[in-house]
Amino acid sequence: MGEREYDASYQAPPAETGEMELVHAETFIGKYIWSQDAKVIAIQYMLTATAIGLVALALSIVMRLQLGFPDTFSLIDPAEYLQSVSMHGMIMVVYLLTAFFLGGFGNYLIPLMCGTRDMVFPYLNMLSFWFYLVSVLILAAGFFVPGGSTGAGWTLYPPQSISEGTPGVDGGIITMLVSLMVFIAGFTMGGLNYVVTVLQARTRGMTLMRLPLTIWGIFMATVMALLAFPALFVACLMLLFDRLLGTSFFMPEMLGVTQDVAREGGSPVLFQHLFWFFGHPEVYIVALPAFGIVSDLIATHARKNIFGYRMMVWALILIGVLSFVVWAHHMFVSGMNPYFGFLFATTTLIIAVPTAIKVYNWVLTLWRGNIRFTLPMLFAIGFLFTFLNGGLSGLFLGNVTVDVPLSDTYFVVGHFHMVMAVAPILVIFGAIYHWYPKITGRMLNVPLGQIHFWVTFLGTYLIYYPMHFIGLEGVPRRYYAYGETTFISDSVQSLNAFITIAAIVVALAQLLFLFNIVWSYYRGREAGDNPWHATTLEWQTAETPPPHGNFGKELPVVYRWPYDYCVPGVKADFIPQNVPPQAVERDS
Amino acid sequence: MAIAIALIVLAVGSVAFYLFSPWHLTPLASNWEAIDLTVSISFWVTGFVFVAVTLFMVIALIRFRYRGDRRSYYEPENKKLEAWLTGVTTVGIVALLAPGLFVWGSFVSVPEDAHEVEVVGQQWHWSFRFPGEDGTLGAARSGLVDDDNPFGIDPEDPRGQDDVLVESPRVMLPVDRPVKMSLRSKDVIHNFKVAPFRTKMDVVPGQTSYFWFTPTQTGEFEAVCAELCGIAHFAMRGKVEVVEQATFDEWLAEQPTFAELAGRSPGDPEAGAEQFAVCVTCHGGQGQGQLENNAPRLAGLDSDYLKRQLRNFRTGARGESEADPFGQQMRPFAVSLTDAQAIRDLAAFIETLPVEPTRKTIVGDAQRGARLYRTCASCHGAEGQGMPQFKAPRLAGMNDWYLVRQLQNFREGVRGRHPDDLYGNQMVDMAQILVDDAALRDVTAYIATLDGNSTVAAADGQSTEE
Repeated sequence: MGEREYDASYQAPPAETGEMELVHAETFIGKYIWSQDAKVIAIQYMLTATAIGLVALALSIVMRLQLGFPDTFSLIDPAEYLQSVSMHGMIMVVYLLTAFFLGGFGNYLIPLMCGTRDMVFPYLNMLSFWFYLVSVLILAAGFFVPGGSTGAGWTLYPPQSISEGTPGVDGGIITMLVSLMVFIAGFTMGGLNYVVTVLQARTRGMTLMRLPLTIWGIFMATVMALLAFPALFVACLMLLFDRLLGTSFFMPEMLGVTQDVAREGGSPVLFQHLFWFFGHPEVYIVALPAFGIVSDLIATHARKNIFGYRMMVWALILIGVLSFVVWAHHMFVSGMNPYFGFLFATTTLIIAVPTAIKVYNWVLTLWRGNIRFTLPMLFAIGFLFTFLNGGLSGLFLGNVTVDVPLSDTYFVVGHFHMVMAVAPILVIFGAIYHWYPKITGRMLNVPLGQIHFWVTFLGTYLIYYPMHFIGLEGVPRRYYAYGETTFISDSVQSLNAFITIAAIVVALAQLLFLFNIVWSYYRGREAGDNPWHATTLEWQTAETPPPHGNFGKELPVVYRWPYDYCVPGVKADFIPQNVPPQAVERDS
Repeated sequence: MAIAIALIVLAVGSVAFYLFSPWHLTPLASNWEAIDLTVSISFWVTGFVFVAVTLFMVIALIRFRYRGDRRSYYEPENKKLEAWLTGVTTVGIVALLAPGLFVWGSFVSVPEDAHEVEVVGQQWHWSFRFPGEDGTLGAARSGLVDDDNPFGIDPEDPRGQDDVLVESPRVMLPVDRPVKMSLRSKDVIHNFKVAPFRTKMDVVPGQTSYFWFTPTQTGEFEAVCAELCGIAHFAMRGKVEVVEQATFDEWLAEQPTFAELAGRSPGDPEAGAEQFAVCVTCHGGQGQGQLENNAPRLAGLDSDYLKRQLRNFRTGARGESEADPFGQQMRPFAVSLTDAQAIRDLAAFIETLPVEPTRKTIVGDAQRGARLYRTCASCHGAEGQGMPQFKAPRLAGMNDWYLVRQLQNFREGVRGRHPDDLYGNQMVDMAQILVDDAALRDVTAYIATLDGNSTVAAADGQSTEE
């Protein structure tokens, strides 16, 4: 406890690497289209992810109309329902959340927060975005190929994903697999950039233990993604071979209406192992950047140092490592050897410990703070509550026995939407409200933001919390209609109608948010360089928005950790990271 | 402040919802009280943490809301507090995990006195196999499946000869006897789930999986598929009837063994021709169907479907409802057939009848119908040729007025709701995609354009409109 001692004579170490030489583009195309500036690439990522995310949002409304009012709307048939489910899931997890956090915030914040001029491989970085864009286009092409997009669920389990009887078996599954492979190739280029930049290009004085938690979160997530995505890549490739070349990696001997080739000896469960070896770390690939960002939002807007910084860093690392040995908790009832259940339930529940520590440290950061209820803070609190709920329901599903009655029901749907859909999305919103002033130089409109927050936060809770309970009753997921199922009570239908209405309201609120983004770009209040009085380097740039190269002539030198808020004996309530001890104005 | 109030309301509301919502675990009908107990423990432990953390957050938000004259407290870390919190959390996690693992220990260990039932999954229905007198299931694999051997049992394996086959989605189980469900799939992955039994497991092609339980309540329980298995996943239903041992034994004795099925004499069309004389009055000399008698065409239907429907009419699984007067007319004729052999003969004869084109009586938008028909095509075939492996009869060339009436019956639950109509239930679910009578006419109009020739490539909705 108590004050951190600073040695007034402290000098930052000399730079280890030379100044970076950037190619400054002159033309509009060079600056904004084929741009090598990480900040522009970040915006490109964010806009593309938002565009495809809106498609996924629309799909969810189509699904909800079917579930809520099955006798009123005939928008979609069972095939289209499954296609909507599959595309919604894959888009949201991979093409929106992963791309937005790593491609979007990673690109924007890593160079700025580490105090470097750009990513270390700018050209590769540009290529990464264009691969991403191509992957999105291939994915979207799936809607238009004969037979439509795949309806195999986002998990793409063979044999059904490549068998007759599943929508999209003609073309949709092929575009999906190819798109994923292109995405992974593109991500690898970006990911290597993020890792090398964080490890090699930090400015003088920016030790690893002085990195803002945002960077720690993005860094760990990127390392994990680089290790996890290859498993998905080979799974996609092998599945593509099974579909196109008639191999049998995942195909056992089976009946099929139009099996043109004999299948023998493949293992459907092997695909699930590969998929979830990627799929579980993927949850944390989305969650860790959110963990990091929300830590910085809370510290900044509560005007208080993050509580237990070192513990937070080690928790991130521990979660990252552990998340590679829990994948089979998605497969407790998959028909794998049931004795695996003991091991994977244990590892899964162990991971709850570092995760709980993070939650404690966030709320302890609020304790004895001076909390400003700004929009980023509201979203951060919304995240805390939603994540708490979603994390706790994870303790049901991770605990093998408890999982048995709940797996494949709406309990699972409620859980993962809380923990890895709503919670990270709330952080994305909070982060946009937080960094928009740096990106554009203008503040987002507050009343519009308030409406957006309240509708989104309360609305999503009303959507997903009740789902757990119909799942408890046994209502299975991925059902087009429930008909008259004896164990499902009639009231479930009324609840489904209610959830659908809530979902529509929440979706409309997102349009308000988009309007705010556009409107504030032209009409928003001028932000200045550091409207939140934050300590991290991106707020200390000479110009807002920062130009290509980020900092002025001299790179900033870092003298302190990023959480010097309300340091005792210091006059100001925050000390930026680049302020040397000698320059700090103290109370007399 | 508003956010603090919102959090309180949400937390209190969430707990109240848990306590008072009408949705809870279905009443338990098996030995797995222990699973329910682990669920309850999880609710109490996580509920406590949920409320405690939220309350702490709420107090912090209220007490430490922004004041211009306040500075926050500078406290980078507090090792003692962090160690305590880690310790307490670990204890909580152990309290959750230990019972979970303990119960899992019994979940994976099948009692020695359990009897075995094989559940066979297939798009999109269930069937069952009992090991017969020798107590062992014979070897079986999907590659051996054909019309005469629907379970794919290895005919060379002596253990398989006495296996009792239940080729219907309804199965009986004796109460209070532990049962091991061995799971096998003929095609894609399914999951056999009966909510009140609590247990479930994926049914994976190329391997067998299992779970066990002891039914403790007599009664009828619905089985569903809990792993996405394609377009009709939601309509893949079954029934488990838990009965007294004596009833079970009686029922099981009525089911054919593999050897009996293989030795059964096939239908004799010549004998069937004599039976058919009765049918001619209404259905016409060539089984072409006659609208004035409300008798549909029979020619072109596969013998499996004909046998199944004749049995349904005999038992009252079809044609019993007041709302189905024409079905009621059919019942006495079906009852008059002397035995199962007579039904087989008749079905075999009808299969030999020539297929003549039918007259169009329904007007509908075939183009719109083509879109609706995509769902039907998964089972009935792109050309409406019918696919016996899906228990789906031929639709192409059937009288359109008859199709409309049956679709109406399915949609209203007049047909297919009877517990003994084994596959009709699925059509009740599927018919729900036809939200109004226009949709019904449209899809029928489209079916009228099909020629039932399965060799034609996939149906093209655009070019088939007349």
